[in-house]
Amino acid sequence: MSGESATRITPGNALRPEDIAEKVAAGTRISQDVAEYALRLGDDALILAQRLGWWISRAPEIEEDIALGNIALDLLGHARSFLTYAGSAWGKTEDDLAYWRSEPEFRSSFLVEQPNGDFAKTIARQLVFSLYQYELYSRLVNSADETLAAIAAKALKEVDYHRDHAIQWTLRLGDGTEESHRRMKSGLDSVWPYVDELFADDELIDRLAGVAVRPSELRAPFDALLAQVLDEATLQVPEVQPAMTGNRGSQHSEHLGYILAEMQVIAREHPGATW
Amino acid sequence: MATQTDARELHAVPSEEDQAGQAYFDRIIAEDSRIEPSDWMPEAYRKTLVRQISQHAHSEIIGMQPEANFITRAPSLKRKAILMAKVQDEAGHGLYLYSAAETLGTPREELFDQLLTGRAKYSSIFNYPALTWADMGAIGWLVDGAAIVNQVPLCRASYGPYGRAMVRICKEESFHQRQGFEILLELANGTPAQKQMAQDAINRFYAPALMMFGPNDDASPNSQQSMRWNIKRFSNDELRQRFVGMIQEQVKVLGLTLPDDKIRFNEETGQWEHGELDWNEFYEVLKGRGPCNAQRMERRREAHENGAWVREAASAYAAKQAQKAQVA
Repeated sequence: MSGESATRITPGNALRPEDIAEKVAAGTRISQDVAEYALRLGDDALILAQRLGWWISRAPEIEEDIALGNIALDLLGHARSFLTYAGSAWGKTEDDLAYWRSEPEFRSSFLVEQPNGDFAKTIARQLVFSLYQYELYSRLVNSADETLAAIAAKALKEVDYHRDHAIQWTLRLGDGTEESHRRMKSGLDSVWPYVDELFADDELIDRLAGVAVRPSELRAPFDALLAQVLDEATLQVPEVQPAMTGNRGSQHSEHLGYILAEMQVIAREHPGATW
Repeated sequence: MATQTDARELHAVPSEEDQAGQAYFDRIIAEDSRIEPSDWMPEAYRKTLVRQISQHAHSEIIGMQPEANFITRAPSLKRKAILMAKVQDEAGHGLYLYSAAETLGTPREELFDQLLTGRAKYSSIFNYPALTWADMGAIGWLVDGAAIVNQVPLCRASYGPYGRAMVRICKEESFHQRQGFEILLELANGTPAQKQMAQDAINRFYAPALMMFGPNDDASPNSQQSMRWNIKRFSNDELRQRFVGMIQEQVKVLGLTLPDDKIRFNEETGQWEHGELDWNEFYEVLKGRGPCNAQRMERRREAHENGAWVREAASAYAAKQAQKAQVA
């Protein structure tokens, strides 16, 4: 690996979506497989950002409007970087991919598509996703693909905070009042069917050995930390069966159609327009 | 009646401490220096500040709604990120301001209660709907623009915590105004439909933005006292005219127009003049009959009530932790 790559992260030189766009404009082209992998990472971040953005102006405290907004903004930043990079395989921009793909072309997991529910369900989804994403990014920083590694290096510090936020709230809701305990338990039960999908390997992952992180390798550290947090929060790991999901293919939860309808409506009313 | 009691209290023979306090306060105001939270201050000064600062805080919080409305629909990811950051800033402004008001002895819970029970007001502009993406531009350019003109002089307000909060808020507001202008500029140079959308947004927000400066000077009785206390520095009309002068120049860059053919610079007075505003509409909206008054309050109440169990959980958890720490 070359130490001079423009995508290496050094202090004060974080990789922004604009930097990746510049590299793409300068001729960076990636394989279909890497692009497909980047889409999975980018779509999860984008759809979750879209979900969390709803909370801004609706949170239980102003401090939470800011915190959830911050997390959404971080995730949107990750999404923009991954989508810009993925788009280089097909000559497409982040916006082409975000606004002009339809449901079957998205690669998001069922988990991030789940509705916000109450604050407890949102925190349950955040807990699962941020723990998973932390394990994922902390290995992706060693990817043979330097751009993916650089995006992960920047994102990792942010996800560390998202994880802390979710853990702190899980403790408070789990070990707060009877009502908050009940709601937190129910939130965890409600997202639990969609956890397994995050950790499933497939042929794409096999083909991208050294570039992609094997999702199955993340399960043990995820389970260990989750059990520890839930125990401290006086909660248990849900005994809820996994649901059949789309396995990162063309099939999605019923929710995605509505998410995209809202997200894409203005852009699609004005084909060819810039904003 | 509460007002009578207040009046009697104010007219009661002042204690020695109050006399010394008043003398100190008068000197600080005369020197144009700052009053700090622990300083003596007249009750009426304190009340005026709590009313003004909390009204401003409520405006930031309610003002999040029309823009938050477009976070999920922003037409590009970059715009979505900027809008999210902006609305988040507004929540931050609300927090600084509630904190500034708290230094005057009124807790946030009580200020929320005043808002939710309709005893406190917020800026009427937020009772108008945000209907198109161009409204994100018009709100940034005109609404935040008017807010800046209003707020820059407040950075020198005699009450320290308020003035200092305003310094930071004004910096962020100027970023907000630029992003609004940039949205409109992009639309104005875009497709015919985009340009039409931008003009329509300006047409709808122009008059309500001008009304943000408050009633005409002859109809604004509280202004005089606020100016004597160095809270307010310029009259409503002075600020409004200054704003009209600014935007009539800026709109030319957009290649769009302001919906007012009476704008002209009066050489004799050295002031900008504009068409008569519909003050009847202003008072109607103020009384709660604007297009979105009910909707904004309902959303705020919903967020507050739906969050009650979360806040209770956080307090219960903190109490348990404190107890554990004591035992240990």
